[in-house]
Amino acid sequence: MSTGDEMPTTATYTEPVLRRIDVTAPLVADGSAAGSDQIKIATEHVSIKYGEKVAVKDVTLTVQARSILALIGPSGSGKSTFLRCFNRMNDLIPGAKVQGQVCLDGENVTDQDVSVVELRRRVGMVFQRPNPFPMSIYENVAYGPRRRGMNGRRQLDELVETSLKRAALWDEVKDDLRRKSGLALSGGQQQRLCIARVLATEPEVILMDEPASALDPVSTLRIEELMRELREAYTIVIVTHNMQQAARVSDVTAFFTMADDRAGYLVEVGPTGRIFTRPTERLTEDYISGRFG
Amino acid sequence: MTATPSQTIGRPNGPKPSLKGKSSRGIILADRAATVVLWGTGVLVLTILGAIIVHFALAAWGVVTLNFVVSDPSETALGGVMPILWNSIYMLALTMLIAVPVGILGGIYMSEYAGENRLTNAIRFAEEAISSVPSIVVGLFGLILFVDDLHLGFTALGGALALTFFNLPLMTRLSEQALRAVPQDERSASLALGATKWQTIRHVVVPLAIPGLITGVILTAGRVFGEAAVLLFTSGIGTPPHYDFTNLDLTNPASPWSPFRPATTLSVYIWKLNSEGLGVFKNQIVDGSAAILISMVLIFNLGARFIGRVLSRRLTAA
Repeated sequence: MSTGDEMPTTATYTEPVLRRIDVTAPLVADGSAAGSDQIKIATEHVSIKYGEKVAVKDVTLTVQARSILALIGPSGSGKSTFLRCFNRMNDLIPGAKVQGQVCLDGENVTDQDVSVVELRRRVGMVFQRPNPFPMSIYENVAYGPRRRGMNGRRQLDELVETSLKRAALWDEVKDDLRRKSGLALSGGQQQRLCIARVLATEPEVILMDEPASALDPVSTLRIEELMRELREAYTIVIVTHNMQQAARVSDVTAFFTMADDRAGYLVEVGPTGRIFTRPTERLTEDYISGRFG
Repeated sequence: MTATPSQTIGRPNGPKPSLKGKSSRGIILADRAATVVLWGTGVLVLTILGAIIVHFALAAWGVVTLNFVVSDPSETALGGVMPILWNSIYMLALTMLIAVPVGILGGIYMSEYAGENRLTNAIRFAEEAISSVPSIVVGLFGLILFVDDLHLGFTALGGALALTFFNLPLMTRLSEQALRAVPQDERSASLALGATKWQTIRHVVVPLAIPGLITGVILTAGRVFGEAAVLLFTSGIGTPPHYDFTNLDLTNPASPWSPFRPATTLSVYIWKLNSEGLGVFKNQIVDGSAAILISMVLIFNLGARFIGRVLSRRLTAA
């Protein structure tokens, strides 16, 4: 099977599938004037262990600012675990240990004296299962800003509105922001609410752990469309099982797999178009063409 | 593959059992039996509650009048229970004031901070052990500690502290369970948004656990209302004198607001009258007191549920 004919690549990605994004909402996140060749995240020899078990082994890669990196690979190859070291969510797992360096704008986030609270504001995360709080839509979005002490009603109103607009949810929820629970929304809307909730903390990087795997195809396309819009202002790293999704949305794709000792490792990373058409590694080719066994 | 149909996975070809056959009779019978037994259990629980309420409603008919509720035992021929009812409410408030905050904080520690280790195992063991100590023993302990060693005498404070000893393990355990039942996803979501651990507990975990926490409050309160053995030796037995509610001096044992005075509750009063009472209207007073006690428990439970609903709505929406 010829992969080039079957798989859409970024080159073929031209027209947005759905045009519901509010383009009037300003997309300014990290104020820095750097171009897209600026390195936002760099990992060096990152290994992650759960107790004695090595989950991720020696991963070195970089993520450009304002680009989308997709992490693909079979279950158990350590993609999610690797993603979670960017915002130190692995800290929550007893026995998890990260070795090596994970640098955000040149600063090693694995250092003990790094404030995880500050880090997680700069590096937001969207989870696999939409998990809005059982609060009103408004309170869901205002949650992050409130926790860092923002209380002004006007300020919050404005931030909630901008965040919902950027997450392409405003028009659907603006009439009962305060009355309707976040849980009363559909799955796709809930996930966009979770994205809005992250945007309200004004992050620079957004991590997405299979953000569309629990959604129907229409909602999935809408999330993908949203990701392309957000890429203008944010650096995005997405874990996905869906190779078409990686091909549609990402600029760079990293392929992970498991070694014989079941430790996940990085096989190759490169521009998405090339990975899906001319991978250099046999393992990658087998995986993207469905011959992975 | 060249498997013949009979080798494929699934129901083999061949004669199929009729949909109206008797092959699955036993399974269906077991299913029906389970339904009947479980419904029966539910109905039994309701019937017991209903029977208790009806019995005391009938027994107390004609006894419980407004006069009975608001007068002192010495005021009329039948007597009244006002001071004793007051003591029950007072003891409840005093005990809950200590046991609920400490119990919830203990639950937060056990669920969010302690983890699984020898210390927490020891704490759980202690919780169970204390909960299963007979209450008369807790009463004796209170007598020795508060009444004698600390020279407090029979006081509401001593009674409330002894009740706290008795109830804290239950309140802590129920709080821990309520907090643990909050999905991990909610905690992750909050932490990933840059909230601290305490902010996550304060703004997400506790509000979501409120229904379970209310259950803990209700069960703890029920034991305060109903407990007689612990209080016999700590807050005293006796018919309270006339209370002067305008006396607000908390250090004066004559003030009904003071924790430093004996306080006979309804349960203790019922026990005392029933075992030692001599008056002509003894049985009427006991039935009336029991009816009032049951009403208080029901009112408290319904009230606590209502407040819990309002609270969880407020906390999760603001």
